[in-house]
Amino acid sequence: MNRLAPSRAVRWIIAIVVGAFFAIPMLSTLLYTFRDGDGFSLVHWAALLDPAKTAAYAPIWAGLGNSLVLAAVTVVLVLVLLAPTMILVHLRFPRMRSAFESLVLLPISIPAIVLVVGLAPIYQQIGRALGTGAWTLAFAYGITVLPFAYRAIQASIDAVDIRTLSEAARSLGAGWGTVVLRVIAPNLRSGLLAASLISVAVVLGEFTIASLLNRQVFQTALVVVKNSDAYAASVFTLLALAFAFALLIVIGLAGRARTGKDRS
Amino acid sequence: MTTLTTEGELSRERPSAPDGTEHPAPPRRGASRVAAWLGLAPFAAYIVAFLALPTGLALASGFVDSAGALTFDNLAALGDPVILATFGNSAWLSLLTAVLGAVTGALVCYALLGVPETGTVRTAVDAAAGVFAQFGGVMLAFAFIATIGLKGVVTQLLLAAGIDIFAGGPWIYELPGLILPYVFFQIPLMVITFMPALSGLKPQWAEANLTLGGTRASFWLRIGIPVLAPSFLACTLLLFANAFSSYATAAALASQGSQIVPLQIRTALTSETVLGRENLAGALALGMIVVVGVVMWLYTLIQRQAARWQR
Repeated sequence: MNRLAPSRAVRWIIAIVVGAFFAIPMLSTLLYTFRDGDGFSLVHWAALLDPAKTAAYAPIWAGLGNSLVLAAVTVVLVLVLLAPTMILVHLRFPRMRSAFESLVLLPISIPAIVLVVGLAPIYQQIGRALGTGAWTLAFAYGITVLPFAYRAIQASIDAVDIRTLSEAARSLGAGWGTVVLRVIAPNLRSGLLAASLISVAVVLGEFTIASLLNRQVFQTALVVVKNSDAYAASVFTLLALAFAFALLIVIGLAGRARTGKDRS
Repeated sequence: MTTLTTEGELSRERPSAPDGTEHPAPPRRGASRVAAWLGLAPFAAYIVAFLALPTGLALASGFVDSAGALTFDNLAALGDPVILATFGNSAWLSLLTAVLGAVTGALVCYALLGVPETGTVRTAVDAAAGVFAQFGGVMLAFAFIATIGLKGVVTQLLLAAGIDIFAGGPWIYELPGLILPYVFFQIPLMVITFMPALSGLKPQWAEANLTLGGTRASFWLRIGIPVLAPSFLACTLLLFANAFSSYATAAALASQGSQIVPLQIRTALTSETVLGRENLAGALALGMIVVVGVVMWLYTLIQRQAARWQR
């Protein structure tokens, strides 16, 4: 509790006014999915499991499948490429830390719509070399998740003295592989978990790059289905937002457990 | 980009300096040092291929015509009245939603000071803010279509009450229709970025103010607001850049047309020629990078100033 905080009445006024602004579109979307002619029913939710509708929703399931593959490959990029590089920079190149930080935060300043202009010719080449499988998009997504994943992992690195840990392990005869995999990684697990989950959320929500490179992912499929069945698109929208919310709650709780441990 | 090139060059040119002796504990020199530099190589290569190269290509393509020859013709398109109007639209939309989002978001942060930092409310608000600020995109557009679209729930409720919000035309699919969805993702971004600054205000300052005979109002006027002003300004700039570069929500709402710069880039990418020019996308990307780059540079500059108070 903070002494600078406003009074209870002011807090409630802010909460209700701003809360309403956020609640109204979400509740309206929910009501919208219940619409059935002039009445209300669960028909649009039941349709998700209706075999007769499977064909109509096929793009969504295909897009979701592609997005999940992309999420998995992106998480691998974060864990195998970004995390070890961050540990390396922290341990061996401490003077490069701030330069490294500005580099990985750079994608915040480069709009995805700009990146896609340059990615188009690159993906033409990739398409020739590796085929047009959806998973190749993960290379681009790895860049868009960089700032998010970096912050999550860096918070863990700052909270754990990995230099002492690695020196202790090295002096006991451990090789670098053992140090990274069996000493440092377990200590960074909350940061690595948060980075992975946030990468999943970013990939599932990504539209710009996939859409303009003509790839079928979850978000582009939503747009396709929206044109034929707006109700289904709304149902999936609510489900996806709820899923992302759950992921972020888990990240929040994981971070909380970490800060709690530090204080004790 | 500069850090990148130095990193790449260094990893190649760094001489190995084996001192021949065995050190029992790191940091070791020699072979281990070379191995450490080599360890940076995969990530450096990845950054070059998927960040530096696409950005470079996007910017360079504005200077090249269809035959591959150097030209400034596409760049001249940035002075075209149509393009200027698009940049103008983007700028006022971003400015308006940044200011609305910043003020409202700051009020939410202020209210959040009253709930425990590790409590349920804070956890839920943080998660919701993350979802709406970063992962909404297309889905936010759908939510607003379901709410205030032509057949939206709120639209029909108001219509039943005798109010036709679309009496002046279907503005939801035009530029004004973007304002509400944009504010919807700007407020949460403000909460995420401004909360650390507000939490950094020390209760001791309030106590000192009270001890010296100040009031609650004088605390905010003389201490709170002056200390927070740089952070607030920096966050507003970030919100501006965020709205300026945002594509998904606008693309889902306005499936046709190119009212703002990102949509104009879509048109340029998907059709052969716009305004009789090829490679216009590159020129537009360049214009966009300049705007967003300058804004983000100011953001970093001011944020650095503001950070003194957060220690």
